[in-house]
Parts: sequence; C-alpha cells; structure tokens
Amino acid sequence: MDEIKRQLTKASKATRQDRYGKWIAFICTFLIGLLVVSIFYLVASKGLATFFRGHISLWDFLTHQDWNPGQVSKNGVPSVGALPMIVGSFSVTVLSAILATPFAISMALFMTEIAPKRGQRFLQPVIELLVGIPSVVYGFVGLTIIVPVIRAIFGGTGFGILAGTLVLFVMVLPTITSMYVDSLRAVPRFYREAALALGATRWQSIYKVVLRASIPGLLTAIIFGMARAFGEALAVQMVIGNASLLPHNLISPASTLTSVLTTGIGNTVMGTLPNNALWSLALILLLMSLGFNLLVRLIGRQGRFTK
Amino acid sequence: MANVMTARNLRLYYGKHEALHGIDLDFPKQKITALIGPSGSGKSTFLRCMNRMNDLVAGVTITGSLKLDNKDIYSPKTDVVDLRKRVGMVFQQPNPFPFSVFDNVAFGLRLAGIKDRALIQERVETSLKQAAVWDEVKDKLNENALAFSGGQQQRICIARVLAVQPEIILMDEPTSALDPVSAGKIEDLLLSIQDKFTIAIVTHNMQQASRISDQTAFFLDGKLVEVGSTKQLFMAPQKEETSDYLNGKFG
Ligand SMILES: Nc1ncnc2c1ncn2[C@@H]1O[C@H](COP(=O)(O)OP(=O)(O)O)[C@@H](O)[C@H]1O
Ligand SMILES: [Mg+2]
Repeated sequence: MDEIKRQLTKASKATRQDRYGKWIAFICTFLIGLLVVSIFYLVASKGLATFFRGHISLWDFLTHQDWNPGQVSKNGVPSVGALPMIVGSFSVTVLSAILATPFAISMALFMTEIAPKRGQRFLQPVIELLVGIPSVVYGFVGLTIIVPVIRAIFGGTGFGILAGTLVLFVMVLPTITSMYVDSLRAVPRFYREAALALGATRWQSIYKVVLRASIPGLLTAIIFGMARAFGEALAVQMVIGNASLLPHNLISPASTLTSVLTTGIGNTVMGTLPNNALWSLALILLLMSLGFNLLVRLIGRQGRFTK
Repeated sequence: MANVMTARNLRLYYGKHEALHGIDLDFPKQKITALIGPSGSGKSTFLRCMNRMNDLVAGVTITGSLKLDNKDIYSPKTDVVDLRKRVGMVFQQPNPFPFSVFDNVAFGLRLAGIKDRALIQERVETSLKQAAVWDEVKDKLNENALAFSGGQQQRICIARVLAVQPEIILMDEPTSALDPVSAGKIEDLLLSIQDKFTIAIVTHNMQQASRISDQTAFFLDGKLVEVGSTKQLFMAPQKEETSDYLNGKFG
C-alpha cells in the first residue's frame, strides 16, 4: 500500500525533466538580464559622472559646440559640447534613411510582387552578401571612391556628411530592403485576391492594398536601418573627416558620436573627465537605440493583420 | 425569365487534369442559384470562372463559352477589370482589408475613380445597410475592420461588394466559417437583396440551399448532374445520384 502511494506521489521522470529544463532556461534568462543591466549601469554611471563629478551642465553638453574635454577653457571648466556630433549623427542617419527608402521599396516590390522568381534568384543573394560585408570594407570603398569623387565634383576635401551619408546608404539599403521584403511577404495573399475581385488592376492591388497594409512593416524596417546607421562607427569614421565642428554644409569635415568615440577612446585615461565625456556620448547612443527599439515595439503592436 | 449568365459546354483544365467536364448552366436574373455537391466536385472552380479569378492560377485552360449578357467573358475583347466590377465575389473566409470599415466599403468606389465624397459616403451607408451591418458599425466607421467579429467582417465584405453595384454576386461558402446566428443573418440579408442582384452561392449546407435559393445545381466530379428549381430538385430529384446525395448517402 505504502509502496503504491510512494510510487504515485513521486514526481515522474517527465516532470523532473520539465523542472530541470525550466531551471536552465530561467538561469540563462537571468544571466542575460544581468548582462544587460550591467552594461546599462556601467555606461550610465560613467556617462553621468561627467555631469555629477565633472560639474558640466547637461544643457551645455547638449548645446555647446566646442569639444575639448582635455583642456580647461576660459570659464574654468573644460569644454564638453557634443552638439556637433549629435547633429552629425542625426544628419547622416536621417539622410541615409531618406535616400535608401525609395530604393528599398522598389527593390522589395520587385522581389515580391513584380518578379518574385528572378528577384529570388538574383537580388536575394546580392542583398545577403551586402549585409554580410564588414563595415571596414564599406569605409575603405568610401575612402577610395566616394571621397575623391565628391572632392572632384564639389571641391574641398571630400570628407563630410555627404560621404558619410552615401556610405551609410549602401549599408542600410540591404537592411531596410530585406526587412521590408519580409513584411511584404507577410501580407496575406487573400488581400490581393480580394482587391482583384473588386476590379483592381494588379498595380492598384499592389499600391492600394499591399503597400498600404505594409506601412507598419516599412516603418519598422526604416527604423532598423536608422538604428544601424546611428550606431555604425568604423565606416563613417573613415569618410566623415572627424572634425568636431558644427556642420554647415554636407561636404565639410564633420563628426558623429561614434566617430568621436572610436577615435578618442584610446587616447584618454579611465576615470578622467575626457574619458567620462566619451562615456556620455556612449550613453546618448545607448538611449537612442533604446528609443529605436521602443518605436519598433509601438509600431509592431499596431501593424498586425489579425486582432 | 432572362438569363444574365449562361455557360455552355464549359471545360476547365488545371494543366492536363480536366476539372470541369462541359457544364451547361443558366443564371436567371435576380434569382439565387445554389451550387451544391461534395468537396472537390468543382463548385469553386466553376464559380471562379465566372469572374475570371482562375486567370490567376498558372496553367489553367478553359474551353466552351461563358456569356454575360450574351458577350463571351473569355473573348479577347473582354476587359477583365470591368468584368470583375460587374461580377463581384465574396470569399469563404471573411477577408476585409486591414483598413477602416469606411475605407473597406469605399475601396471599389475609389478604384472606379469616384471622387465625390458625398456620393461615396452615401453609397457606403446604403451598402452597409443592405448588408445588415449598419447598426453595428455606424458609430465605428473609422475603426479597423479587423476589430470586428467574423460574422460582422463577412457582412462588411458583402457591403464592400454591394457598393460597387455589381450585376452578379458570387459567394463561395460565405457562411461556412461562421456561427449559426451570423450565418442566419447573412441568409436573411441575401433574401432581402435578391430583387436587386443575381446571386450564385456555393454551399455545403442543404438547409441553407433550400431556404434561400430559387434554383439549385448539383455538381459531382466536375459534372453538372442536375439543375432545377430548388423545390423540384429537393422534393423530386430526377437523377439517382442527386437523391443519394440529398439523402446523405455520400459527400
Ligand atoms: N489551383 C488548383 N490546381 C489544381 N487543381 C485544382 C486547383 N483547385 C482545385 N483543383 C482541383 O479541381 C477539383 C475541383 O475543386 P474545387 O473546385 O475546389 O471543388 P469544390 O469547390 O467543389 O470543393 C478538385 O479535384 C481539386 O483538386
Ligand atoms: Mg470549394
């Protein structure tokens, strides 16, 4: 009797495995969570030290144009004005996204609606290849081709926002295209049928239904492209000129948050203000990518095809 | 009684496979014709010939004739876009666009190039009323159509077709994905609009066919076995297969 009772109340093998698996999953999740929290903590504590310990005002940091954290300026505090980099980063990001979007839409439509077979055969591998190319290669190509061409056409050095934009354009184009292709493919076939059955031409069914239904997907794709452009360091650094000046045109040397970070991080000493100032730039980058993520979430919640 | 659409010796091949073996069928004006028969008997295939939706399937060949107002819809002169405005279609699964109710119903009107907002507004309202869904959506015309129940979505889709004012409405098992109450509402609305439209409805549901249709056509294995007034076909079928099917011996 007791033997049977014991047998019945004992957890089965499956239950034990189940518990075991749950624990492993829980621990992994916990570790990843911890990692994310630590990164945030590190960047935030160092980035905020500029303001709390270095006594730089946040307002000055965001609006001043002089970047020279290593030297004390006339008013007694180092100049830590990040405005040129912030403007530079936003300019190349927004401009490259604006430039890439029409191309991405056309390519994605070609691959999904106009010539799915040929698109699949030729464009898909090209896009996958473009995504996989390391950014230093893009930077190098930009340096040897785009910069001289800009120099030849517009004069000046050739370095600047325009060169950065063009390099980023090539880099974000495949990102935006391939993500948008996925969301076009996710538009159910029966929408197209319904439109055709109502007397739409093929083109009308594409732009009045498929394109419209996929707007949330397009926005998500663009934001992902922008996130990539905003965070790209190496390729941009190679062609933008790296002068922390507020850009007044597209062809004079400028800088971005990432380019200042990568050029400066090796030349400063941990714990000093110049170093912390770079962490403050990193904090902006982190907050921006958080912002991009939130946007994607928000759009994703609205753009579902079922309730 | 004038026939709006007539099929003569209509054959359809999916590649080499002959799915319709010479169908002769007339659709009398402003009557409801029910197409019944077991799965795979070719009802949907036949229906999709009537608005040339089968054109979208690769490898389909069609022979014989299918005439709308005495003009062959498969002649090279036919404007398919125009044909589909005259022959509307409601699908088995409710398939509203992921837009507002208003934009769904106005879709066909805007396609037709109608710009007059007052006219669009009026047509949308009339169509939603005809589709017996106006009372449920009138305060929510700007809400996404996907936010409504399946039955409401299907009636919105019917309104979307009615708005274009087609002559013929094709319906492929429009209630089979719905609960009985929603199905009943759709049956009632079909009866209420039958004096304005010619309707061809595929249905698996014998009761539904007998309740709403004037004429019933029984399909089996790609052949039209029997067609007649609904009363006569249900009460006194001429063919043995028909009576076997009606008595539930197969299908
Ligand atoms: N797209 C298609 N390609 C090839 N064969 C098809 C296609 N659609 C239907 N068929 C075939 O045609 C026959 C009739 O199908 P269908 O018209 O869907 O029947 P029903 O609607 O009466 O159930 C079936 O044998 C089916 O397998
Ligand atoms: Mg069918």
